[in-house]
Amino acid sequence: MTIGDIVSATPVSEEGPLGVGPEGAKKIEGRSPWRLAWERLRRDRAAMISFAVIILIALVAIFAPLFASITGHGVDTQYNTIGRTPDGLPVGPSGKFWLGTDDLGRDVLVRIAYGARISLFIGVVATAITVAIGTVMGLAAGYFGKIVDTVITRLIDIMLAIPFLLFAISLASIFQPSIKIVIIVLSIFSWSSVARIVRGQVLSIREREYVEAARAMGAGPWRIMFIDILPNVLAPLIVYTTLLIPVTIVAEATLSFLGVGVQAPTADWGQMIAESQNYYEVAWWFLVFPSLALLITTLAFNIFGDGVRDAFDPRADRLFG
Amino acid sequence: MARFLVRRVLLGALVLWLVSLVVFAIFFVDPAGPDALAHRLAGKNATVQMVAQVKHRLGLDQSVPVQYWHFLWGSSQQNGLLKGSLGYSFQNGVSVNSIVKQAFPITLSLAIGAAILWLAMGLLSGILSAVRPRTMLDRTFTGIALFFYSLPTFVLGSLLLLSLYYYLTKYAHLQWFPATGYVNFTDNPGDWARHLVLPWFTLAAVTAAAYTRLTRGSMLDVLGEDYIRTARAKGLPERRVVFRHALRAALTPVVTQFGIDLGTLVGGAIVTEKLFGLPGLGFTAINAIEGQDLPVILGITMLAATAIVVANLLVDVLYAVLDPRVRLH
Repeated sequence: MTIGDIVSATPVSEEGPLGVGPEGAKKIEGRSPWRLAWERLRRDRAAMISFAVIILIALVAIFAPLFASITGHGVDTQYNTIGRTPDGLPVGPSGKFWLGTDDLGRDVLVRIAYGARISLFIGVVATAITVAIGTVMGLAAGYFGKIVDTVITRLIDIMLAIPFLLFAISLASIFQPSIKIVIIVLSIFSWSSVARIVRGQVLSIREREYVEAARAMGAGPWRIMFIDILPNVLAPLIVYTTLLIPVTIVAEATLSFLGVGVQAPTADWGQMIAESQNYYEVAWWFLVFPSLALLITTLAFNIFGDGVRDAFDPRADRLFG
Repeated sequence: MARFLVRRVLLGALVLWLVSLVVFAIFFVDPAGPDALAHRLAGKNATVQMVAQVKHRLGLDQSVPVQYWHFLWGSSQQNGLLKGSLGYSFQNGVSVNSIVKQAFPITLSLAIGAAILWLAMGLLSGILSAVRPRTMLDRTFTGIALFFYSLPTFVLGSLLLLSLYYYLTKYAHLQWFPATGYVNFTDNPGDWARHLVLPWFTLAAVTAAAYTRLTRGSMLDVLGEDYIRTARAKGLPERRVVFRHALRAALTPVVTQFGIDLGTLVGGAIVTEKLFGLPGLGFTAINAIEGQDLPVILGITMLAATAIVVANLLVDVLYAVLDPRVRLH
């Protein structure tokens, strides 16, 4: 997708009332590409449903303590007598523990609710940092060109050549793993792809007449980059960001699953699934429910992300496909 | 072409050198690093002398640039990276080369099977979807792809172990799939495959889903082009239009992605290898990390980075072969 595609998607050519009778003619109004995208998104039922699911997950995360108070089970409280069988194994879903307990006799439902906080928080924050770094790098590389471009492009090449998971694990083994480290590791490794996209867009935009005009009027590089160019890169950036969130959520869960992400006793989906590995033969709920939570979250974000992409970039294959 | 190749190889070498710098710096520049490391390796009850001994034996008492030089070129005792040696394990002194040689066939077995699987599934469903857009078939494939695309590898692997290994054995008494372990292909090809079926599928599913989406989009783009209309207009059978005319052009982005994905697999099958207890490169690396065995981590990281760089280079060359419009410079 290029900016040109979006800009050229003017109201008239896209869905304007061309060929509509005289009574339709007065409906002609200029609609901005943003407005058009928003209207398309609103009509996309799958995207709207998945957006509702995302809101729901966010509410679960925000009101996680509510789950604790309704069930009366603390997130880290180990119920050794009622939460475990006489053999010390997890107990299954019941009226007391709706989604069962884990290996330490903790309430799986409450921990899933609290785990949503970590997942969403890291997913959103790490993505935001990634996009911020990537945007600045891409803008600088594309706009300044020459040596700046060479250095940043080389940096991108290096980042893309480093095996992510291997390196992330080594990093986490040196620094004590924590939420902060996870966010830093995820951002360090993902900005390069954002930078590549932004750089490509900037390269084509910076030669446009209006940028030249801005320069002629005496605008400085920062003003041109952030006020004149950035808004025209926003559409692909928003699409990419939406689709990056589920990727980041999965990456966080994977790191925690491998034991180098969020550490116990903090409730985290990836970590719960890792802990359940030794118990799935006796406690399927311990594995299945956190897995479902993770799957529903990534699925909702991916469907919504697809919707956002289609809204901004209504190419023929997607409209007719 | 020759100039392009030389340039790309030099650039790749530069990138690899910089990667080695970054990786090395991460481990050795942190002032607490080597000391703490020597302490850990010497054991809890080690005396000061023992720690110093360990430090000396592993070369940790030398300055960082000297250590880097030894890693890159080698010292009087051992060869370095540029002479083809990845170094020696801190833990048992075994050369990293031999560790890699042992682990590589396992990762390769995993990677090849998974790659065939995801190519077959992704291409087939993607092409069928694109040829019959908006039909039930298309929607089914697109839906399945979205599902697997959203399913993290470790979740899929765990659920496969629960259902196809545990439940199948327990309730249906069918021991089709063993949970863990690896059997050499040369020892027993049947057992080799049986041990790898679940890992193959686990590793392939996400990528297959991505390929379905990629192939479908790319095919639809191409099928909308004028030359396809021309081909149809001159009365060519649809099969020929789809496979001869459209597919070749549509495959270009898929080939690019395939090269990159294959390169990433060398260090990227960590989750699958760990889940199914396959002692490949990723599994070895994660064990080395737990044991703070820096040379092994460094060696495998460099190997994995090399695989990515080489794969990218091959993709660029292949790109020009597949698509004559691409000019190399």
